[in-house]
Amino acid sequence: MSENQEETEGEVIQENAGEVVQEKKVICVICPNSCEITVKQMPDGTLLMEGQGCKRGEQYASDEFLAPKRTLATTVRIHDAFIPLLPVRTSVPVSKEKLNEILDLLARIEVTAPITCGDVIVENVLGLEANVIATRTLGVDTCTKIACELPA
Amino acid sequence: MKQVETDIAILGGGPAGLAAAVEANTAGCRVLIIERDDQLGGILQQCIHPGFGLHEFKEELAGPEYAQRYIDMLEQTSIEVMKGTMVLDMTPKKEIYAINEDGVVKVAAKAIVLSMGCRERTRGAIKIPGFRPTGVYTAGTAQRFVNIEGFMPGTRFVILGSGDIGMIMARRLTWEGAKVDAVVEILPYPSGLVRNKVQCLDDYGIPLYLSHTVVRVHGKDRVTGITIAKVDEKWKPIPGTEIFFNCDTLLLSVGLIPENEASKKAGVKLGRTNGPEVNQFLQTNVDGIFACGNVLQVHDLVDNVAIEAKKAGRMAAISVLEYKLPNITAPDAVAVVPGEGVGYVLPTKVNLDVPEELASETGPVKVSLRVKQPVEEVDLVARSGETVIYKKYLKHARPSEMIIFEVDFAKFQDLQIETPIEVLLISREAKDE
Repeated sequence: MSENQEETEGEVIQENAGEVVQEKKVICVICPNSCEITVKQMPDGTLLMEGQGCKRGEQYASDEFLAPKRTLATTVRIHDAFIPLLPVRTSVPVSKEKLNEILDLLARIEVTAPITCGDVIVENVLGLEANVIATRTLGVDTCTKIACELPA
Repeated sequence: MKQVETDIAILGGGPAGLAAAVEANTAGCRVLIIERDDQLGGILQQCIHPGFGLHEFKEELAGPEYAQRYIDMLEQTSIEVMKGTMVLDMTPKKEIYAINEDGVVKVAAKAIVLSMGCRERTRGAIKIPGFRPTGVYTAGTAQRFVNIEGFMPGTRFVILGSGDIGMIMARRLTWEGAKVDAVVEILPYPSGLVRNKVQCLDDYGIPLYLSHTVVRVHGKDRVTGITIAKVDEKWKPIPGTEIFFNCDTLLLSVGLIPENEASKKAGVKLGRTNGPEVNQFLQTNVDGIFACGNVLQVHDLVDNVAIEAKKAGRMAAISVLEYKLPNITAPDAVAVVPGEGVGYVLPTKVNLDVPEELASETGPVKVSLRVKQPVEEVDLVARSGETVIYKKYLKHARPSEMIIFEVDFAKFQDLQIETPIEVLLISREAKDE
């Protein structure tokens, strides 16, 4: 690790430090303002915040503190299209902890053209109340393939 | 030679070209998009990550999905598209010579919108010492391999440059099972968006080495390692600070260069951004040639590309259907120049002698800029001599985030043409002293 490396937001458990149970710095990514929001959890579970510029930031910091979520975007294999991969994403952000599990699942999925942008590829993935949807329309096209078969 | 006529020819069918085309067509013009690739969408095809269109569609779309919305819109119109067609030459009379499977095509247009985008800066452009082994790629090339063509360019990576594509690729490669040892940035701050640093590097514990650069590429046939070192203020590596990474691939995310070869052939004058100089109508020094998107200035957000491109499309349509728009070489054009702390500013000229009807149709003057380095607590000011036409307090400003503001055209009208409009940052501390 270099001394010049950017400080990552630290998670500080404050033992016996007043009433705050847990404190975390969250850099808001909702808009380019990039507010640095300090989230403090009180013993009764409520969250106190400092540094948020707007309501959306408050929501983001709260989610990021309690249960961080991300929209996952990756690819699945497609047959009979001019490219071997179909881009997909989760329809809504899902728990950050589950991303690897979803990636493993999607690595085994294969679909066949035609696919329309928005088509559901995996319904309610891992029971997370999010669908995996196609993010590109790919018609049947086996003539202009740019790469033929992916390794197994 | 095949000959085609159109009202507006649009060079490049990426996000800028698509938005300009839809807008110009809506305004009532015949539009032809000329696209080099066999597909529309440009770079968005390989940008499969989410985050596009938040402003425009109020959704976080993936890149191909955003492009698909425009492609679907396009199919409802009479816009013509020439895919697989490469522009070879372009004249100030707006004649375009292009080549495709059918041979050479001559396109005679009444107006042209330049929307060719950028290409990536390569290893040659930044001069890294060492052999020339396999395993050195630009981040965008690697992105195409991984997201479209379906193969991994390596197993262990070092990424030079903390631009957005580089950081996004760090996460993407990690997801595909690779190990990313480091992202290395010569500047003392990340050059991409904060959101990408948080979600692509911090989330995966990928270290970001600021004020560091690659000093050696090891390996003769294939990359066998990368040595980085800390740099001083003049970007010179500091001996004794070297760190070696046992990796097999180096990705370069070291900037984008607007693709203006065709623009130059038509006599379009280029400015500080390496993009065309334009006025408030996004018109270049050549009557009827407009520019938008990354070929004009590198954008962070596709939403801003679309807004700019729609304006270029609308202005091109106005120039074909209604007025001849003033251009930057006219005597009524006042220069807009970057001052203290500002890297560049667009438009480069504002034409003052504009008919009232046109001024009200085109709305306020939209100014975009990037700051030179991260600053806090500053006033962003636009002034001509002592006359301040815009002032806004900024808590933060970073080079990675384009700043856009609007000024009513009325505020320009009494300005002296000889006095350039300076756009600058004034530190709040300096003023207090």
